[in-house]
Order: sequence, then structure tokens, then C-alpha cells
Amino acid sequence: MSGPSTYEPKYAAERWLDKRLPIIRMSVDFMGFPSPRNLNYWYAFGGILTLCLVAQIITGIILAMHYTPHVDLAFDSVQRIRRDVPFGWLLQPMHAVGASMFFLAVYIHMFRGMFYGSYKNPRELLWIIGCLIYLAMMATGFLGYTLPWGQMSFWGATVITGFFGAIPIVGESLQQWLLGGYSVGNPTLQRFFSLHYLLPFVIAALVGLHIWAVHHVGQNNPIGIEPKSKSDTLPFHPFYTMKDAFAIAVFLMIFALFVFYLPDALGHADNYQRADPMKTPPHIVPEWYFLPFYAILRAVPDKLLGIILMFGAIAVLFVLPWLDTSKVRSMRFRPITKWFFIIFLINGFILGWCGAKAPDAIAIPIGEHGMTFKWLSRISTLYYFAYFIPILPVMGWIEKTKPLPESITKAVLSGDA
Amino acid sequence: MLKTMTKTFAAIALVSTALFAGSLNASAAGGAEAKPEAQKWGFTGPFGTYDRLAMQRGYQVYKETCSSCHALEHLAFRHLGEKGGPFYDAKYPNPNDNPVVKAFAKEWEITDLDQDSGDPIERPGIPADGFPDIFPNAIAAAASNGGAVPPDLSLIVPARVGGVDYVYSLLAKGYTDVPHDFKLSEGTNYNKYFPGNQIAMAPPLFEDAVEYADGTKATTEQMARDVVEFLAWAGDPKMEVRKKVGFATFLFLFIFALLLFMTYKEVWRNVDH
Repeated sequence: MSGPSTYEPKYAAERWLDKRLPIIRMSVDFMGFPSPRNLNYWYAFGGILTLCLVAQIITGIILAMHYTPHVDLAFDSVQRIRRDVPFGWLLQPMHAVGASMFFLAVYIHMFRGMFYGSYKNPRELLWIIGCLIYLAMMATGFLGYTLPWGQMSFWGATVITGFFGAIPIVGESLQQWLLGGYSVGNPTLQRFFSLHYLLPFVIAALVGLHIWAVHHVGQNNPIGIEPKSKSDTLPFHPFYTMKDAFAIAVFLMIFALFVFYLPDALGHADNYQRADPMKTPPHIVPEWYFLPFYAILRAVPDKLLGIILMFGAIAVLFVLPWLDTSKVRSMRFRPITKWFFIIFLINGFILGWCGAKAPDAIAIPIGEHGMTFKWLSRISTLYYFAYFIPILPVMGWIEKTKPLPESITKAVLSGDA
Repeated sequence: MLKTMTKTFAAIALVSTALFAGSLNASAAGGAEAKPEAQKWGFTGPFGTYDRLAMQRGYQVYKETCSSCHALEHLAFRHLGEKGGPFYDAKYPNPNDNPVVKAFAKEWEITDLDQDSGDPIERPGIPADGFPDIFPNAIAAAASNGGAVPPDLSLIVPARVGGVDYVYSLLAKGYTDVPHDFKLSEGTNYNKYFPGNQIAMAPPLFEDAVEYADGTKATTEQMARDVVEFLAWAGDPKMEVRKKVGFATFLFLFIFALLLFMTYKEVWRNVDH
């Protein structure tokens, strides 16, 4: 993938195979991938995410053997899985909690990339493939949440598919085409199940491209300068396989805490009620990982504008490599932008908080009437976009960055990496 | 400085997550209804288990009081005798053989088809049967209950914000005098914990509504506690095995992580980083 192959076949059988299908050569080169020697634990989330995807696919395939995608049977079949299917009580929460863990890991992975400038030349495409994976994950997560056919499943699906209805001219017919009818019903559930089973394999293919791309351009690192000599890198195996394995074990403990002791903490009580098209829940809230975008959607009074902003919030990520004009990758050497980034991170949590609350409830008791969540989410939405335009391009032009170390090795030896 | 940055991030993430999780729970509350009274339950906590005797009394309360209107949609009689269930008996690993369960099943009439003629018949239940529906359909259920469909009880605890404390408070403490400025609609009862405070269900429990075989005094609070213990199990029957496996998993992960950490340190021993 990068650099000449170092593999030497030792045995006759290996030589025979290497001439015909150099699969061992590929694996050896893959595992020996030169990685910067200063990668910290934030870089373990690539491996963690791979594990999440594999775990979701395996548990999902088994759950699909017992699940029934029909409006009259779906809710009961999930309960049957939890009560009667051998180890269903373990697999179902693993899959449901697994989705949350997947998103937790992907958010950390993305913020890590943003902090160390991992999207910059020559890693723009690597970043964009990552954004596509995130987009496919959001679609998969949404489709999957519909399947248990609880109250939040049904009403969440109704709200989200309603977005498409707001598109001018074609909206209504597009929405009907997606739903397979005038409202969320059995055709919707069946196609959502089909697509929920399909998309993870699309994600797997994109992950393949993502890993290919990272092997081609090499990993970025916390100080954001390219490796220059052999001493700047270490072979991926055993150095990072072992570091990642330890990080994965720690991550699995957090995963296990939720699966075994707090299986419902990340869900909503209403989803234990069978979907009822005649009864709207008092507050329709999406899963926690969509809350920031839900807050952006509700920040403006106009439905179409809200939808444009929400999709814009994701679309802007795709052009991030060209919005950040700074030559310096890592925020470690960008004394002012670093703080804008930290505010951006906190702002993400504030948006999530706004998404979970009723828009007219009081968020901050200041002034005569206090500030409502609607206004807080407006300010937060403004900052979300302001971070990308104009803060990042302008800071790239005007900020005086700190001097970069000469090499990764020098930085490591001086304790600065 | 760089290490502190990382730590600052971790701290921000942790604190925000905690605040955020707190707000999620709080967001569902609101309105005029009172906050459920927090009770002590033996089944919360990492090693908590259900109280077998309380569940058995709770089943009696369900059978004699609740079951005239409320179904247990996701339970079969055999579940009562499964490991972790209220009537589990180690002598009968297959709950279908458990005589107590058999006797309970027999108390219920099950609609079935006659295997020779195909005519609809009523027969006594067997452990493999599910708890039968109380009403033939939702319309019939609403018609017999002043327009409100009595909810399924097998998921009532997980399906309500506040869970066990909410169900307990609603049953044991919720039916109070109507505040003088509150206008109650016809056919409803005032309950200070119910969302909107107007509940179709009349006060279901009263002193000595059941007679406990073990001599426990059947106060309203006692019956509410017992039936909630039973319903908590009905909503999450695999909790005990889940927590047990969870503990073993943690033990394994802890040792595994320690070994991996030592391996990692050993591999990196001669590398400055």
C-alpha cells in the first residue's frame, strides 16, 4: 500500500502462494504499516469503531433471524427475543446499546480528527469518506430505531420522513414514495428493515476505502507534521495493535456497564409502548446522538429553513478541508483557534441539551423571563456555523501559530509529543 | 501542557455527559404531576435481586385485583416458574412441570379450537399458554372502561418514566382529595402522579383487598409494593442473570485489560514516546 513491500516468503508453500495470490504479503505489509510513534489514545478509536461495526453486524444478523418486520408482530417479536430466545436478553441490548457506543466512538473519532487537523492535505478524501460513513451510520441508526415499533420508533419515523415532505414541489410525492403510502405503515417498516440490513454492508465497504486511504497517505499525529525519517515511525504491529487492544478492553468495560447494568439509560420509556398511530407522545425526541441536529432543526420557525440548516450542518463537514486555511494541522500549535475548537465542542453538548428539551422551557434563568431553549439553540446554531465560516478561514489567515518541532522524533525526545 | 489538554478534554466530556444524561431524564417530567417518591428496592444496584416472596404476593394482587382489566401481554404461565421468576423451583428446571405453575395456569380459561371439530372452545390453561387477553380487542376494552384502554402490565414498569417508583407512587399514594381549584372531567379520578392528574382507573387497591397466605398484612402500601415487585420482574425477567453475567464479564475484562496493558508496556519498553 505505501512503500515497497518488505515481505520475504520463508517456506516453499509461502513462495508458491505468493506467486499466485500474494495474500500473505498483503497482510504482512498491512500489519507492518509505518505509524507515527507519537500517537496517543485518541487514535485508538479507529480500531474501536471497527470492532463496533463488526459487533453490530454479528448481533444484527442473529437478531434478524428472530425479528418479524410487520406492524402487528414487530413489537412482540422484540419482546420475544428479550424473553424467550436463548441469549436474546444479551443480544438485543448489545445491539441497541451498541448503536449508542458506535456513535459515541465516532464522535470522539471525528473531534479528534478536527483537533489534530487530520482532514488537511493530503487527507481530504480520507476525511470525506469518513463523513460518508457517518452519514450512512445516521441513516442506519434511524432506520434501526424504527424496527422495534414502539411509540418513539413510529413517531420518530413520522417526524423524520416528514422532512422530505417540506421540500418544495416534489416533497409530498417524494415522501409518499419513501414511505410506501400516505403515512408510516407496514410498507414503511418492511423497507426500513430491508435497508437497515443493507446499509451496514455499504458502511463496511466505505470503511474499506477509509482504511485504504489512511494506509496510502499515512496517519496524521498529535503534532501534525509528516514523518520524515524511519525513526519517526513504528510498525503498526505490535506497537499499535497492543495499544489499541488495551484501549478496546477499556472501551468494552464502558460498553458492558451499559449493556448489563443500564440497558435502558440511553433509550426512552415510550419505546416500551407499542406504536399507536392515534396517540402522539407529549415529547417526540430522537435518540441522543441526533439531538444536536434536532436542536438545529427546531431553532428556526420555518420548517424548510430548519431542514436546510440541519442538512447544512452535516454538509459543511464535507468541505471542512477547504474551509480551514491554516497551514498548521494540529490545534496544539494554534493558540487562539484551539479555544474556538473547545467552545465548538462544548457548543455541541449545549445543542444536544437543547434538542432534549421543549423549545419553550427555560434554559438559563437570566433577565426578566429567562432564556428559553429555543433562543439558546439559536445562539448555539449560529456558533456551530460560525466556527466553519468565518472563524476557521479567517483564523487560518491571521493567527500566528507556534513554531512546529523539527521532527516527530525530536518532539518525542523533548517530551513535547 | 499537552497532557493537561488531554485531561481537560476528558474532564469536559465527562462533566458534559453527566449533565446531559441528567437533563435527558429530567426532560420527560414537567407539568402539574408530582415527582414519584423514591423507594428502596432490593433489585436495584449491581447485585440486586428480586424478592421472591414479594413477587409471589404481587402475583396474587395482580390475579385478584388487576387482572379484571389489565393483561400481561408478553408473559406466559411458564415464565412464572422460570429461573429468576416468582415461583421458580430448583426441582423443576423445566417450568412446564412445576405443579404451582400448572395450578395457576388451570385457573385461567383459554380460548382454543377443538382439535376434532375445529369449533371454538374454552379450556383450562397449561403452563405453555400465554396469559390471555382480558378484552377481545382494543375497542371492547375502551368501551368497557369509559373510553380508556387499560394498558398492558407486562411492560408497565419500563414503559413509564420513573419506573417502579412511579407505579408504586401512583398506586399507593396518588389517589388524594381533588384540590379545590382543579376541575375533574367526568369518569376520571384525581391522581397526583398521573400525567395531567386525571386517570380513568378508579383507586384499585384498598385495605385487605386480598388475603395473603403468608399472613402479611394487606395494607394499600404493602400490596402496591408487592405488585410493583412482580411487575418489575414481568418487565425485565432476565435482570438477575444479566447482572450475574455482567459481573463475570467485568471480572474478565478487568484482568484482560491488565494483561493487555502489561503487554503494551513491555512491547514499548525500549521505545521513547
